[in-house]
Amino acid sequence: MEQPTMGAMQMTFDDKKESKPASGAIKMSARDVKVFYGDAEAIHGVNMDLYENEVVAFIGPSGCGKSTFLRCFNRMNDTIDIARVTGEILLDGQDIHDKKLDVVQLRAQVGMVFQKPNPFPKSIYENIAYGPRLHGLVDNKSDLDEIVETSLQRAGLWKEVKDRLDSPGTGLSGGQQQRLCIARAIAVSPEVILMDEPCSALDPIATSIIEELIDELKGSFTIAIVTHNMQQAARVSDKTAFFHLGDLVEINATREIFTNPQDSRTEDYITGRFG
Amino acid sequence: MNMEASNTESTSLPDQTDLAKKRDLMQQRVSRSLKRRHNQETRFKLMGMAAVGTALAFVLLLFVTILSKGLPAFWQAHISLEIYFDEEIIQIDEKPVRMVNESEAAFNQRMLAWQTQLGFVNFNRIILDAISKEIPEARDYQRDAMRLVTSGERFGLRNMVQEDPSIIGTSQRLWLLADANVDVWMKGNINRELGDAQQQLSARTRDWVDELEAKGVLKNRFSTALFMNPDSRSSLASAGLAGAFVGSLMMMLIVMFLAVPIGVASAIYLEEFAPKNKLTDLIEVNINNLAAVPSIVFGLLGASVFILWFKMPLSAPIVGGLVLTLMTLPTVIIATRSTLKAIPPSIRSAALGIGASKVQAVFHHVLPLAIPGILTGSILGIAQALGETAPLLLIGMSSFVASVPGTPFEQSTALPVQIYLWQGNELRNFFEARTSAAIIVLLALMISLNAVAIWLRKHFETRW
Repeated sequence: MEQPTMGAMQMTFDDKKESKPASGAIKMSARDVKVFYGDAEAIHGVNMDLYENEVVAFIGPSGCGKSTFLRCFNRMNDTIDIARVTGEILLDGQDIHDKKLDVVQLRAQVGMVFQKPNPFPKSIYENIAYGPRLHGLVDNKSDLDEIVETSLQRAGLWKEVKDRLDSPGTGLSGGQQQRLCIARAIAVSPEVILMDEPCSALDPIATSIIEELIDELKGSFTIAIVTHNMQQAARVSDKTAFFHLGDLVEINATREIFTNPQDSRTEDYITGRFG
Repeated sequence: MNMEASNTESTSLPDQTDLAKKRDLMQQRVSRSLKRRHNQETRFKLMGMAAVGTALAFVLLLFVTILSKGLPAFWQAHISLEIYFDEEIIQIDEKPVRMVNESEAAFNQRMLAWQTQLGFVNFNRIILDAISKEIPEARDYQRDAMRLVTSGERFGLRNMVQEDPSIIGTSQRLWLLADANVDVWMKGNINRELGDAQQQLSARTRDWVDELEAKGVLKNRFSTALFMNPDSRSSLASAGLAGAFVGSLMMMLIVMFLAVPIGVASAIYLEEFAPKNKLTDLIEVNINNLAAVPSIVFGLLGASVFILWFKMPLSAPIVGGLVLTLMTLPTVIIATRSTLKAIPPSIRSAALGIGASKVQAVFHHVLPLAIPGILTGSILGIAQALGETAPLLLIGMSSFVASVPGTPFEQSTALPVQIYLWQGNELRNFFEARTSAAIIVLLALMISLNAVAIWLRKHFETRW
């Protein structure tokens, strides 16, 4: 839908980003990461660094491996029987595949928001409270109440739901459900949040609310977001990574990618010649 | 086709009339096919309704026959007699009372001796005396007279005395259960025109029955014998379901406490945790095959493994329960697995993504959603086990057991087996109704089980 208009490069960039200092420390890094589904190699050795307080957008045509690669960062590929990941992924310099590191601990540090809003079929309160309670982050009810409130506030949902915390999370609208999922993810205070096409099931208004939210959240988190929507990548991200057929073709500052792509495949894709 | 070709050739000048014609033609075709499609739909709907109607008619037929045959069995012929507990006939010592300093064994021995003494009392004479108050000539025709009351009632009188010996020397009017043949005669379940040789009761007894019925001494009254007594072959009128009911209940409990936890646990493991490889594939195929194994084969297995190898008792509910557990396991596993499969994977991802371990994801989120389905599957499996007869025949549960089992290790029979036994009884005129009554009890038990299943499902579903 959006591709045909891309030729003119009528894209809106968030110029505040440009003035922001070029980020601090490396939060996560991937070195020569390959993913196999059975015998088929889906990702062919990707290197990438995620910097603190930075939003990186993964773009690329369907089936290029961007979601698969994103799921490497919190080892969600472990849940797929036939998937196998090789290479090294570091979180704060520590290998996440290290036997000593429990995957549960990793996922508490690297949260995830999924493509389709997937709140638990429980109350709004229970949705948020589940993570903190699971990890034993709170000692008493009032602490838990506070976490629920702040998480919902940060996800911009508090005003809408504060009077009905006991009603089911599945009864909210699609956009609200996705913000509930974001609130649920940030309730366990992760350091990195992975978002797998978080707006693909949402209407434009809900999408813009989520995009604003991402912009606010990057003050405290490192965010990696997979998106099909190139305007969205342009609007929310500091850096954009273009994937194609399992390769990371190009990663650069978002403005650079969209105005001055180094690789012809990137240029073809963002101008809508394929994808 | 032609038009299309000409259209593409002369796009600059499309033939308006040709186009209109073409459109008309298409409209006609559509409306024609539309009619056909509507007819097809109507036909299909009618066939569906006919199928449902036929099925309902058969169900209705089943219920009407069973109810019309079985309900009269709950009302049995009773005879009202003035029973005098004659101290001349009941000559026994005083009921022993435990003395101070007496050991329990010694007391039990004295009690047993007293009960034996009571056992020798001829209660038939008491009944005969009572009958002769209604029919004066009864004394001269004792055999005919004693056919009026079912033979089990003398033990009823004995038990009354044993409970409370102070009734000796007093008299009271009691409703005694009449003989099965009296019941048959009164209800008209035997052709009254048949000759003496083909009648179960003598001509004299038949006349007395008619006479007493007219006086209101013989009457059909609601009887608890069917529920309270175990099976009987000497006193047919008091044959009841209690033994079979308790046996079935014990087996159901065993199935519930073995098949459901084991089945659900294996299903959860296979579905959520087990690696998908050749071995688990093999296990899955075999579970599906086991569900299709004829139930009688499980009976053979039970006989050879539990009885011959483990030396468990014959005809015991424990063996029946174990056999039925084996039979129900595949059903429970398959039902649970398909329920777990139907839970959207997004719920698992959500839990895992927030840092729940696999076990936590399953037990906190997947299982609660699966509970309604698991319950339905389990209860249907248990209901199926409750109605199973074939495997029980092979482990000796088709034998005649005239007692109510106190533990699962005692001899017992089961409701469906009792139905099978009764329908083969020689006194068909009496047991046809009783068989139907037993079917009613079994059906009522099953319907209430299914009702519980439906209620539980609704209860757990309506939470969200």
